[in-house]
Amino acid sequence: MTADLNSFTFATIRPEEGIKTVLKKNSTDIIEMLKESRLKGRGGAGFPTALKWELAANAEREPKYVVCNADEGEPGTFKDRFILNHFPDLVIAGMTIGAMAIGSEKGVIYLRGEYSYLRNHLEYVLKTRRETGLLGENIFGRKGLNFDVEIRMGVGAYVCGEETCLIESLEGYRGEARNRPPFPVNAGFMGNSTIVNNVETFAWVTSIADKGVDWFKNIGTDKSSGLKLFSVSGDCEKPGIYEFPMGITIEELLKTVGAENTKAVQVGGASGCCIPAAEFNRTLAFEDCSTGGSIIVFGQHRDMLEVAENFLDFFAEESCGQCTPCREGNVKLLEGVKLLREGKCPMRYLQELCSLGETMQLASKCGLGQSSPNAFLSIVKNFKSEIMGRKSSNAIAG
Amino acid sequence: MIQRIFNKNKATASEAVETVQQVSKQQTETIHVTIDGKPIDVEPRTTILDAAKRLGIRIPTLCHHEDLCKAGVCRVCLVEIEGARTLEASCSYPITRPLTIHTHTRKVRKARRHIIDLMLSSHYGECYSCTRNNNCELQALAKEYGVDSFRFGHLEKPRYEIDSSSYSVVRDMNKCILCRRCVNTCSELQGVGVLGVANRGADTKITAFADKPLANVVCINCGQCINRCPTGALKSNDSTDEIWNAIDNPEKHVVIQTAPAPRASIAECFGMEPGTPLTFEMNSALRLCGFDKVFDTNFTADLTIIEEGTELLMRLYKALVEKDESAVLPQFTSCSPGWIKYIEHFYPEMLGHVSSAKSPQQMFGAVIKTFYAKKHNIDPKDIVTVALMPCTAKKFECNRPEMNDSGYKDVDYGVTTRELAQMIKESGIHLPDMQKSDFDNPFGSATGSGVIFAASGGVMEAALRTVIELVMGVKVENVFEHADILPVRGFKGIKMAELKIENVGPVPDILKMHFKNWDWLKGATLKVAIAHGTANAKLVLEDIKNGGEFSQCHFIEFMACPGGCLGGGGQPRPTNADIRKARAKAIYAEDTAYNVRKSHENPAVAELYTKFLTDGPCGKRSHKLLHTHYTSRGKFIP
Amino acid sequence: MFVTEQQNLINEISQLVKSHGTNRSALIPILSQIQKEYSYISEHAMLVVADMLEIPPVEVYGVASFYSFLDQKPKGKFIIRLCKTISCDMLGKDKVAGQLENELGIKFGETTKDGKFTLEWANCLGMCDKGPALLVNDQVFTSVTPEKVFDIVEGCRSMLNSNVLQ
Repeated sequence: MTADLNSFTFATIRPEEGIKTVLKKNSTDIIEMLKESRLKGRGGAGFPTALKWELAANAEREPKYVVCNADEGEPGTFKDRFILNHFPDLVIAGMTIGAMAIGSEKGVIYLRGEYSYLRNHLEYVLKTRRETGLLGENIFGRKGLNFDVEIRMGVGAYVCGEETCLIESLEGYRGEARNRPPFPVNAGFMGNSTIVNNVETFAWVTSIADKGVDWFKNIGTDKSSGLKLFSVSGDCEKPGIYEFPMGITIEELLKTVGAENTKAVQVGGASGCCIPAAEFNRTLAFEDCSTGGSIIVFGQHRDMLEVAENFLDFFAEESCGQCTPCREGNVKLLEGVKLLREGKCPMRYLQELCSLGETMQLASKCGLGQSSPNAFLSIVKNFKSEIMGRKSSNAIAG
Repeated sequence: MIQRIFNKNKATASEAVETVQQVSKQQTETIHVTIDGKPIDVEPRTTILDAAKRLGIRIPTLCHHEDLCKAGVCRVCLVEIEGARTLEASCSYPITRPLTIHTHTRKVRKARRHIIDLMLSSHYGECYSCTRNNNCELQALAKEYGVDSFRFGHLEKPRYEIDSSSYSVVRDMNKCILCRRCVNTCSELQGVGVLGVANRGADTKITAFADKPLANVVCINCGQCINRCPTGALKSNDSTDEIWNAIDNPEKHVVIQTAPAPRASIAECFGMEPGTPLTFEMNSALRLCGFDKVFDTNFTADLTIIEEGTELLMRLYKALVEKDESAVLPQFTSCSPGWIKYIEHFYPEMLGHVSSAKSPQQMFGAVIKTFYAKKHNIDPKDIVTVALMPCTAKKFECNRPEMNDSGYKDVDYGVTTRELAQMIKESGIHLPDMQKSDFDNPFGSATGSGVIFAASGGVMEAALRTVIELVMGVKVENVFEHADILPVRGFKGIKMAELKIENVGPVPDILKMHFKNWDWLKGATLKVAIAHGTANAKLVLEDIKNGGEFSQCHFIEFMACPGGCLGGGGQPRPTNADIRKARAKAIYAEDTAYNVRKSHENPAVAELYTKFLTDGPCGKRSHKLLHTHYTSRGKFIP
Repeated sequence: MFVTEQQNLINEISQLVKSHGTNRSALIPILSQIQKEYSYISEHAMLVVADMLEIPPVEVYGVASFYSFLDQKPKGKFIIRLCKTISCDMLGKDKVAGQLENELGIKFGETTKDGKFTLEWANCLGMCDKGPALLVNDQVFTSVTPEKVFDIVEGCRSMLNSNVLQ
């Protein structure tokens, strides 16, 4: 896959230097630094990191927690695995900075069960950091600065990538979304103030601390600053991990990965949108095609209905099953796709399903349900003539 | 979250009471919100639903229930908040800042309709053949939102087998809409935790541990889940067919005993306001249905007071005078079969506290098939005893193998208020139109003390009335105005009261075989407590285990159901605090209307002791017929 | 189950509880460990855990049945989880699946009679650029072809023979 590790910005970052810069700052200054950087969450939702940390820093419920969301389950995403494998120190340093910003002594990496082969390596990194005074008590030689990190394993549930589900899982419950408000920054793990950030977000925090705010904020667009890792898979010559500035067009990306003859691109994984060739001039940025980094390329020969079916099958299984729109809605959309494949879905019913999809976006309890119909809706919108008019199996048999 | 707090709760019962008080003190500043153009100021963290209610704006709900903590899963109660990206569930959205809210916009209506359509698409079963027909929250919502077709299809085959293993609760999960009210009722309100959610996604279901049938798990049969189920997914195990068979069989002498709680609630099944008593109309209706005799369970409620009260005095004597350490105190009441099954499963080591006196239902069964059979010269094998109860656990109780001290099954069938209302309707009777008539002899006359057994604190009040008069030798009315012992009344989850025995009177005849005098009680303070809802019972039991203040009590009344029997699992649906209050009001009004309001003054009870149980309360004969033993069940069921 | 086996299980679970604590948040780590040792979490194990953590058994069951990596039925020594999500699907997971079924003589969702292998579908394993991917217990295999299936299965068998797992 990706040719050279050294071509990544992360390879040039000195995590300890980053922390040392931060050591000179107080909580407000750290948050101010992030505010200026305009860093937004790299998990996909794009919530401003500084704002999240500020809310947590001002929250009362203690002890506070720093949680690293390493439950990378979005189909087509694998950049967090890459980062944890090659640059774990950046992530842990980022968590340490987070701890200093909000006033926490306890960090948790929630690592998805599918990545359990990374655990030993990460434990080793944590151990080394403890031994060298970068984790534990009085870190970096500063008295009273305590922070340690524990790894907790996921046990196979995509929905636990949603922050409140993740917290429920940490607490020993079914990974079901909580009612919000209150948000985790106020009442998270064990009811205490908690920040949950993506693996990559922490790594960029460390990078900003080391290389400076100006470097970061001058890359990308106004609303989407900095660099971003992309996980590219599907019908292309060079699948793998890529680093691009935020705001590049899909076209540029496709050119780099060797995907010239492309029918559509799924941006943002199963919960993202399917972008047809006509819209390849759109940008990969929070203000346009928002993504946690998943790019799945579909060649001309792909059946978009099969794509939709694969995604909906995924959601029908991975929905936590708590709220009606998500639990039942995904089943209905999946049935609808099957009807389309069999040529048994009249236009009126298809419209009904699209309307249902819109309700799911509005009415579901958490991000999973709210985004689960995206792929279906965009495929129906962009590939209507392809997905309709299939011959019914009866007709073939007859 | 309440459920969580409860599970993790190590606090004592008294701390729990304090916490509640503290919370109510806090609220100070209010927040201004606008709902559908109407302004209102609310306390922080009021839900949107509650704020709307105060403005008289109706928002439909399904998973939300007033007795339970926040739900937020069905999404029917969605509203639009200006500036918010998505719709929010009003039942679980706490107001923490000024908001402008719209409850019936196009988006909201469309979403609600979709959600109802989705629920209907996976709800198997048709309304005609459902016990909830015309009393179903899903059906009502479908009507409210103009559902005229199954837009997203309809299940053609059932997905789950119906679980009718339990004597008390039948679960038909094909009708379940996964609102989780039953789960929250079981774990949070009752602290039992038999029902839970399993699997995820499209396979999510409500189930018991490892999908076992209810009869094989630690279900206490309280039926509170039934009371809160919005659909026909939960119902009681109905024996009305067997009862009709007995009525229609000329060989059988079918008698029914009626507990006090149903008479304060059955009117609700006939469209009347909660709290409308139809006691005497019901008597006439039951005779029209074909019951040969209609008795008042209050008779054995009075008998229970005598037996349980004597037992308490004997335990006290053993402990205080004989210093016998085997005398287990506090003594626990035994009338609530849900409570009994709870302690058998969860605190079997504390069964020694439970009074050995049978519940009024079972005492009555035993008396009917012995004393009554003999008196009226009827062969007990031809007698069928039916018990009208507000309770589903009573169905399990009458089927306990040890409940056959008459030589026959003491009580043949239990029937709930809901089921009896159905039988009455089936007989072509509109209950409110009935003439009034009295109960049948020889047990006809009951007392006000028996009636109040239906409310939380009622057993305790009845017992105190009798203790005051029999031990202190004074009129209750001289101690408590109108003989209303208010400190033990009300809906507070756990209540405590003390009674100082300043002076003692002579030992009445009925107790002379056990006690020579009351001098040993002079100056003593009788401490009593009352808990209703098994979650509260659990708090009290834990407190006793830890040697807390409840371990200093002498007598504690426990009722499995919130509110006591009037909130029982066999009572009409819906249920909520206001409805239970209205029923309680009717109960206490009936008590006041009785000429005789103290158990020991019940002439039929006196007659029973002079003619039948001649060796007195807690004597040999009474022990054989009116007392029982319990089973240490534990939490592990193989 | 024999009494001694039950007692062993109880001893082992109390050890786990000792090291993870009785807080509810210890539940999933404890269940994962039981899963690892026994290839599934038996009813009895759930009851014991529930009792020690003071949680209703149905909640333990609810948690165990929620997560895909926790099983309530006995599974094989080797659980092979083949990714079925879109990228692996496009790279030919169906052929790999066919060969796995062929090689082991079972369908997906089943366990071989000798209790050695279980075949299961998995959702995205995060190996999308190198699909089709599969997990054998904790170990990941990428760019799997029908041809490689044989090597993977044989590798497992030889591990069993050399008692590595015991």
